[in-house]
This record gives sequence, structure tokens and C-alpha cells, in this order.
Amino acid sequence: MKTYDLVVIGGGSGGLSAAISAYDEGVKNILVLEKEAYLGGILLQCIHNGFGLHTFKEELTGPEYADRFVKELIEREIEYKVNTFVTEIKKNDEDFTVIYSNQEEGFVLINAKTIITATGCSERTRGEISMQGDRPSGVMTAGMAQKYLNLEGYLVGKNVFILGSGDIGLIMARRMVLEGANVLGVAELMPYSNGLNRNIVQCLEDFNIPLYLSHTVKRVIGKDRLESVIIQQVDENLNFIEGTEIIFNCDTLLLSVGLIPNNPLLTSLGVLMHPKTKGPLVDEYLMTNVKGIFACGNSLHVHDLVDFVTNEGAICGKSAAKYLKGNLNTNNIININNGKGISYVLPKTMYLNNDTTFKLNFRVNKPYKDVELIIKQNDKIIKKLKKAYLIPAEMESVIILKKDVTSLDDIIVEVIE
Amino acid sequence: MFDITIIGAGVVGSMIARTLSKYKLNILVLEKENDVGNGASSANSAIIHSGYDPEPGSLKARLNVRGNYLFDKVAEELDVEFMRIGSITLANNQEEVEILESLVERAALNGVCVKVLNHDELKTIEPSITDKVIKGLLAPTCGIINPFELVVAAMENAIDNGVKLHLCEEVTSIVKQESGFIVNTNKNSYETKYVINCAGVYSDKINEMVNKKSFTIKPRRGEYFVLDHFDNNYVRHVLFNVPSSKGKGVLVSPTTHYNYLVGPSSEYIDDKEDVSTDKETLDNVKQKAYSLVDNLRLDKQIRIFSGIRAVSDTGDFVIEEVIPYFINVAGIQSPGLASSPAIAEMVEEMIKGKELKEDYNPYRKPLPRLNKKTIEEKIALCKTNPLYGNIICRCEKISEGEIVDAIRRNCGATTVKGVKKRVRPGFGKCQGGFCEASVMKILARELGCDIKQIVYGKENAYILKEGTKGE
Ligand SMILES: Cc1cc2nc3c(=O)[nH]c(=O)nc-3n(C[C@H](O)[C@H](O)[C@H](O)COP(=O)(O)OP(=O)(O)OC[C@H]3O[C@@H](n4cnc5c(N)ncnc54)[C@H](O)[C@@H]3O)c2cc1C
Ligand SMILES: Cc1cc2nc3c(=O)[nH]c(=O)nc-3n(C[C@H](O)[C@H](O)[C@H](O)COP(=O)(O)OP(=O)(O)OC[C@H]3O[C@@H](n4cnc5c(N)ncnc54)[C@H](O)[C@@H]3O)c2cc1C
Repeated sequence: MKTYDLVVIGGGSGGLSAAISAYDEGVKNILVLEKEAYLGGILLQCIHNGFGLHTFKEELTGPEYADRFVKELIEREIEYKVNTFVTEIKKNDEDFTVIYSNQEEGFVLINAKTIITATGCSERTRGEISMQGDRPSGVMTAGMAQKYLNLEGYLVGKNVFILGSGDIGLIMARRMVLEGANVLGVAELMPYSNGLNRNIVQCLEDFNIPLYLSHTVKRVIGKDRLESVIIQQVDENLNFIEGTEIIFNCDTLLLSVGLIPNNPLLTSLGVLMHPKTKGPLVDEYLMTNVKGIFACGNSLHVHDLVDFVTNEGAICGKSAAKYLKGNLNTNNIININNGKGISYVLPKTMYLNNDTTFKLNFRVNKPYKDVELIIKQNDKIIKKLKKAYLIPAEMESVIILKKDVTSLDDIIVEVIE
Repeated sequence: MFDITIIGAGVVGSMIARTLSKYKLNILVLEKENDVGNGASSANSAIIHSGYDPEPGSLKARLNVRGNYLFDKVAEELDVEFMRIGSITLANNQEEVEILESLVERAALNGVCVKVLNHDELKTIEPSITDKVIKGLLAPTCGIINPFELVVAAMENAIDNGVKLHLCEEVTSIVKQESGFIVNTNKNSYETKYVINCAGVYSDKINEMVNKKSFTIKPRRGEYFVLDHFDNNYVRHVLFNVPSSKGKGVLVSPTTHYNYLVGPSSEYIDDKEDVSTDKETLDNVKQKAYSLVDNLRLDKQIRIFSGIRAVSDTGDFVIEEVIPYFINVAGIQSPGLASSPAIAEMVEEMIKGKELKEDYNPYRKPLPRLNKKTIEEKIALCKTNPLYGNIICRCEKISEGEIVDAIRRNCGATTVKGVKKRVRPGFGKCQGGFCEASVMKILARELGCDIKQIVYGKENAYILKEGTKGE
């Protein structure tokens, strides 16, 4: 059985960046395993531009952005396999066994001293959100329609309504119009959009596509293929308001109602999951409670910008390298909790050791204007930031100096209005 | 000229076709949909009931108990997933305890072995059960089945033994002849000696094509939640409410793949095809389910669906040779799935002048079932066919080899839903988000058609509207 120092599962932006940074930190015996036929992950179907503004200070398309990392991987001669699916990870006393399969080799067992999982996310479906009415074809997630259009070359419908103002839905609104479809509108359950502001402007407003805030689909109609949808306004408790129904005749309803980290490999290993992010609970090194297993990217928590995924992958790769050298100091553990106004904080724990900094990521639970963001231990404030606005759609990150953390008490992140 | 024409390829029509295929008979099955088992047989609770519940002396009681007994053999011969996990009927208050005790008598009359357990005994064998439970009725013979597989397997085996299946043919009229009948469909006409009417919710209409109205089918819908598989021990038995003055209650049950079903509701509807769902009904199902398990894991919900029971106004199954050579098998509501092998036996008895074949084979070629194999077996299997190494469905871990097998067999899949029913891609958490495009490509390749012609389920349920690259 072959043994690798590091096996990276998933060749999207998270996995690529993790493999590259682990290599640069001295880990040479790496294998990257990717289910699809090409490295790059979800970026390959995101043919619009706007990627890499933070990392490269230029606007790339998804495939262009991915390509830069694929080239770096190849330059380093890091081993990878595509069309290869990891079916199982087993924990041994000292290391792990990874089982993968592909058409050429069949099922193969390998040993891995450390594993980074970067398996991406899946989209919430109509079943998960209890969409009422009929169950015709033509109701699908926006990412699925994106894949059919951008990777396979097929338009899924001509008259389209979109539920949810997540970024993929917004991007697909514009994309379907450009391919000759009619996009009748976007309905969003909340009184604010879940997408990035630039996408609202560039994908809806520029194309005169109406956005119905505080509206949702009440009923889907169509026995075979979708025929129409009824949308209706909701009140502040999200209950339908009588007499506000609008009917749209359409053959397609795209859902952009949320992404969920995809981690089927981890649960059977006993990796603990975060109730809010639905990804694994990790420490500041992005290591799970199972020592030697790290996570990054959308399978850890859903990201809005690929640049953040790339950064996170780099942290993950570095950590795995440290772990392999036996330099990961996990003494003096401190819990990190979300306080008022925060829906989740990541990581869950940090260590008071010789490292100088660590990174906190979090999201707020609703939009805020002109607030203070406080990071504290008991009454002692570690960091205070003024924020003109905070919205749930945008993840916030703060670098904390470890010298400012002085006790082992819980660290709390909160919003003060 | 056919000896037998069966109308409807649900579980009932398919099991009858299979049973009769052991005789030297020329058998035709007509089904209006593009696949077998797309009616009630694919949208139900999948329970092989023990049979303690139906009215003693009824056809339902007799055929349910006999059908349940036959299932070990049927499942083995047809290679269908079937697990006798037992059911528990819960009584949470004094009224329900009294009803529970009356069920014990009923079980004895029906010849079904049951046992009453107290709170502590129940909590031991089924930790998920609600803390409110006072007593429970354990019926160890109750089982769960993969209903999609059952119908496909029965029909595949029937075809292997010479039965002809014509899909997309709706029976529109039947004319009685001097001897036999002419059955007209939207496409063809067939001469036949026997007609066996297994048309589910439309069995009253088929009957009335030849005979006087003697029963009416009233459609009664049942709506469900489906939970993802996440813990094989979450619920271990089929859990039922005691039928009480508050109504019939719901069930919480594992499926053969350790998904969990929560439902069904029960409401009469007008439209026999209306499998929609609505929030109020499902909220009500949810409330009732909390009287079975306290920790209802609706956070694991992946789908909602509904099915339609074909309820006869006579109150029982209608299985009769109304006029010579015309057999109604109608009003087959629950426990129709559980009774199906016994219904087939009963119809077998009614067919006169039949002669056994020498070469009848009751066994279906087993499915590859990669997930049930050891790693060594998987490695060996991939040597025989490399497509078993190419995993298409991430959630359920289904390989291309298994999908191709499901398409190429007799009674093979021709739609996305057909593949899903046979080997599960699309049944998991992503509901096809990751794999639907790949499944469509495999279907188009295997069937030799354009990918745009591949539909989800029904004939007009297209998925791709047009190519963007000028084709
Ligand atoms: C549809 C969509 C549109 C987006 N649009 C933008 C945008 O416009 N701008 C922007 O900056 N960001 C955008 N993002 C965000 C950003 O691009 C992504 O968050 C980022 O690319 C995710 O990278 P990842 O590596 O975490 O996941 P992915 O790119 O999803 O990679 C995960 C990889 O793991 C593989 N995998 C999964 N399971 C296994 C297994 N068991 N075995 C082997 N391989 C496996 C998958 O095939 C996949 O290739 C978008 C995200 C999505 C989902
Ligand atoms: C909500 C619900 C829960 C249930 N739970 C259980 C359970 O747990 N256990 C159990 O034992 N039973 C259960 N049942 C009952 C069981 O599902 C049915 O008894 C069984 O599936 C009936 O099979 P069938 O073949 O008679 O009907 P169907 O499966 O409906 O088949 C009838 C077929 O006839 C075809 N057809 C109709 N008209 C024509 C025509 N004119 N020409 C050609 N073809 C035609 C239809 O397309 C259909 O395929 C449940 C039913 C429902 C709805």
C-alpha cells in the first residue's frame, strides 16, 4: 500500500491552494484527488468575471483563476488524480487509510499521514425547503442550471423565475438573459438580499429584472414540466400576507436558497460538526477534533469570495506541514463563541502558544449599520472595530494578535448597536 | 391473440404477470406511463405490514397475512431489499391503551403474532421512541421493502419468462367479443382471452368499459417528509400511532437504505393525478409524528412527496371475475404492497386451463450492489468491468457500471427517474444536483438518442430546452 504524507481530497480552489502551500512548507509527498475530469472545482462553471480581485488585483473568470493554481500545482510536480472519487476514510492507530476509485485503477487503498478535506458544498434543494405544490421538471438549483449551460452547452428553459437572491441565482439571472431567456423576476424571503451588492446591480438592475423582497414561492404548478409559480409576500414573521399573490407563467424555477458544506466522508470518522455552518468544528489551524484531519473551503463553511477560500487553503496547507513536523502546539486551549448579533464564528478554538496571530471569521445574523464590533474575554476588550455596515451575505475576517489574549477564558465576538 | 392482458404495471399488475409467467400463456401488460410502478406503487410507506390491523374476515386481512408470509421467498428470488424490522404501535394515553388492547384480539383473529410491551421494555428495544409512551404493540413480522425495486424486479422476471410489456399505451376502450375481448389503446388494438384490470385509481373506469358500475374508486392522498440517512440506529422499527378518535395517525420508519419516512397524511381529493403537497397538511403530519419520536430530525429533511391511495367505496379489496374472463383487481389501497404476492396467487387460482412451463425461472439476475460488497469484492468486480470504478452519484455512491446495468436489463430505465428508482442516483441529499447531468449523458449514450430527449419522469417532463452551441 502506498503511503503519502498528505492526501488532499478535492481539487477546487481550497484543495489546490492547500496542496501548494503544504508543498512550499516542505511537504513533498502529496496526492490530490479530484472527482471531476478537471482540477478547479466549482470555478470551472463560473465563466463570469470578478474572481481574484483580492489575490491578483485583477478581474479573472473562474476558469482563469483556477488555471493559475493548477499551473502552480503542475510546476511543483505535485501528484494528482482526476475522475477519482474518495469513497471512505478510515482511522488507524497512527495514520489513515483512504479508499478511492476510478475507472483505470478500480478501488485503491492508500495510507495518509494527514488529510485535508476540501470537498466543496451542495445547494439546498426544493425538497429541503418544503416547496409546496406539484413536483414537475424545470425546478432546479441555480448551480445545476449553470452547469448545464456553461459546461454542457444547454439552456434549461426560456421563461425563468428565480427564488432566492444568493449570488449564484443573481449570476444565473444575467446569464440566462444573455442566452436569450426571459427572466421574469427574483423573489427573496428576507427583507434584504443574500447576494453581494455588485451582483444585484450588475445582474438584476442593469437588466431590469425585478427583485421581490419579502416574497417567496407559495406554490409550484405543472404536472410534467413547470407551468407557473405563485409567489406571495410574507410579513416579519415570515407568514404569508393574504391577497398578495402574483402568478408567473414560466417553464423554469431556479433555486438559489443556500449552500451547505458537503462532508459525507467526515461523519463516520467521528468528526464533530458545527450546528450552524454544517461544516466540521475546527481549531485555529483548521484541524478537526480528529487529529491529522484538516478542512478548508466551502466544505468547512460557505464562502462568498474565492480569494477567501484560497487564503484558507493556504492556512490549512501550512498547518498540515507543521503537524507533520510535529510542531503544532495545541496546549492552552481557548474556546471562541458567538455573542450578540453573530450567527457563527470560526474557528471554534485557539491556543495560547508562541504563534503571533490567528484569524477569526464570522457572519452577522442580520444587516447592521454603524455598529461596533467587539472581541473580548470577560470584560477585557481584545479588539474593537467600527463598522459602517455589516450584512449576513458578507463574511468578515479579523486578525488577532495572540499577545492581546491574556487568559484562558472564552473569547466572545459580538455586535454592539 | 393474447391469453392474458393485464392493464396496469404497478406492483399488483407486475406481481400477477410474474406469477402467471410460469404457465404456457401468452401474456401482455399495458401501462400508460413510460415506466412500470409510477403510480401508487412508487409513492407509499414501503411497509410489509404484519396484518394485525385489517378487519378480520376481510380480503385485506387474509391477503395481507399471507402476503407478508410469502415475502421472504419473493425478496430472495427477485433480489429485492427487504428487512423484517418489526413494527411498534404506540399508546400514549389511557384511551389509546384501551384501543391497543382491542388490537391484540384483532391480531389473534387474523392469526398474527403480537406482543404488548411496557414503557421500559419499549425504550430498551427502541430508544428513539417518545418518553410519553405508556404501552406499545410489537409486531415482529412487519417488514420494510424497496418498493421501486420490487415492481421493477417482478416485471423484469416476468419479461425474462416471456411476458410482453408495452409502455406508453393507455387503454381507452374494451369491447367484449363472443369469446374474449378487444382492448384498444391510444396506439393499438389487441385481442385477448382474459382481461385483468389492475389500473389502480382508474380501475373503476376500466371496469365500466365493459361492466356495470359496481364500485367507485375515491382517491385519497398521503403526504410525506423524507429524511436523509445519517444514523442507522435513529429509528429501528416501524413506529405507528394507535388509530384513535383523533384519526389514523402517521408513521415514522426507516427505509431499506436508512433514510426515514415521516407520514402519510390522509385526505380525499378530486383529481386522481394530484400528487401535490401543501404546507398545512404537512404541518399536521409533523405534529402527529412528535407523538412517536421526541427528537424528530426534520433538519435532515431532503424531500417531500405524496402518493394516492385507490380507495374502493366497498371498503375492501375488489378481486373478482365479474363476468367470465374479466378479472377486477381493484381498490388495492394499503396494505396492497404487503398483499401483492398473495393477490397474485389468488388471481392465479382464477385462471382456468393453464399448464406449467418447463423452463420457468423464478430468479432474477442479482444486481451488482457495490455498496454491499467488501473492498476485496469491489476490487474484483472492477476487474470484470472498469465502469464499476467510476462513481457517478456521490451521495449514494453509485457507479456507472450499476447505472448501465439498470438501463440494459429487461424492463430497463429510460428516464432520469427510472435510473433513480432502480439504483438511487438522485435519491440522496443533493437530489441529483451533482450527478443528474452525468446520468443524462449515460442514458443518451445507452439509448442512442439525443440528450435533449431524456426526460425526468413523465413524457413531457423535459430537462434541457435547447442547445446553445447551434445544434
Ligand atoms: C456556483 C458558485 C458560484 C460562485 N461564484 C463566485 C464569484 O462569482 N466570485 C467569487 O469570488 N466566488 C464565487 N464563488 C465562491 C468560490 O468560487 C467558491 O467558494 C470556491 O471556488 C470554492 O472552492 P472549494 O475548493 O471550497 O470548493 P469546490 O470548488 O466546490 O471544490 C471541491 C472539489 O472537491 C471535489 N470533491 C468532492 N467530494 C470529493 C470526493 N469524495 N472525492 C474526490 N473529490 C471530491 C469536487 O468535485 C470539487 O471539485 C462561487 C461559488 C459557487 C458554489
Ligand atoms: C400514501 C400511501 C401509503 C401506502 N403505504 C403502504 C404500505 O406501507 N404498505 C402497503 O402494503 N401498501 C401501502 N400502500 C398501498 C400500495 O401502495 C398500493 O396498494 C399498491 O401500490 C397498489 O398497486 P397497484 O398496482 O394496484 O396500483 P398502481 O401502482 O397505482 O398501478 C396502477 C397502474 O395502472 C396504470 N394505469 C391506469 N390506468 C391505465 C390505463 N387506462 N391504461 C394503462 N395503464 C393504466 C397506472 O399508470 C399505474 O401504473 C400505500 C399507498 C399510498 C398511496
